[in-house]
Amino acid sequence: MAQNEEIRYLTPKQTDQKKKKYCRFKKAGIKYVDYKDPEFLKKFLNEQGKILPRRITGTSLKFQRKVAQAVKKARHLALLPYVTDMMK
Amino acid sequence: MQRFVRLHVRTTDPQTDVRQGIIINPLTLIKTIMVNHYETVFVLTPVLSEPQMKEAVDKFENLLTQNGGTILNREEWGLRKLAYPIQAKTSGFYCVLQFDVETAFIAKLETEFTRDERVLRFLTTRLDKYAFEYAEKRRNHTKKEEA
Repeated sequence: MAQNEEIRYLTPKQTDQKKKKYCRFKKAGIKYVDYKDPEFLKKFLNEQGKILPRRITGTSLKFQRKVAQAVKKARHLALLPYVTDMMK
Repeated sequence: MQRFVRLHVRTTDPQTDVRQGIIINPLTLIKTIMVNHYETVFVLTPVLSEPQMKEAVDKFENLLTQNGGTILNREEWGLRKLAYPIQAKTSGFYCVLQFDVETAFIAKLETEFTRDERVLRFLTTRLDKYAFEYAEKRRNHTKKEEA
């Protein structure tokens, strides 16, 4: 058994290099998150229209707060849905 | 910063602006008024015709100008699909107004919006430093496109 395991890992396992996440606002120098632009805000939503956590999008805390506010404003104005399915 | 205070003084010039560095004798000061940049987005019912829609927007614009406000920008997006139905309607006329007005007037403006049956939704936000920069950029951009 021990031998089998050794054989299995003879070819070095591809430990893929993790791509470093970055905050797109800081990188692009965006200072204001516009709530009137639903197409842009959709990048921060999942298929159900929920706001994605920043552990997935990589957004910094400062801008995650602003994104969340902008999404909520857009929802109020019916630019984005509160609940949906298959948005993308 | 864009937040500034306008003083009404008992001089020939009723609206002396502090930002211009004019020194005013504090004794002449009557009252202090806060003036800010604001932006209102509102949605009108799709049952209106094009001129009726224009008329509704003009109404709010006039209301602002008559109460000491100045319109910075007016944007009409036209008929747009709503993300979810409001009052059994699936589309609406979107309109954006950007303006300077005294803070106390906002409450009155919002009651006007709630009273008007043609308005499905509205949202007034104060434009902070970055928002104002963004709005200015957007304004210039649309101007260029028109030209």
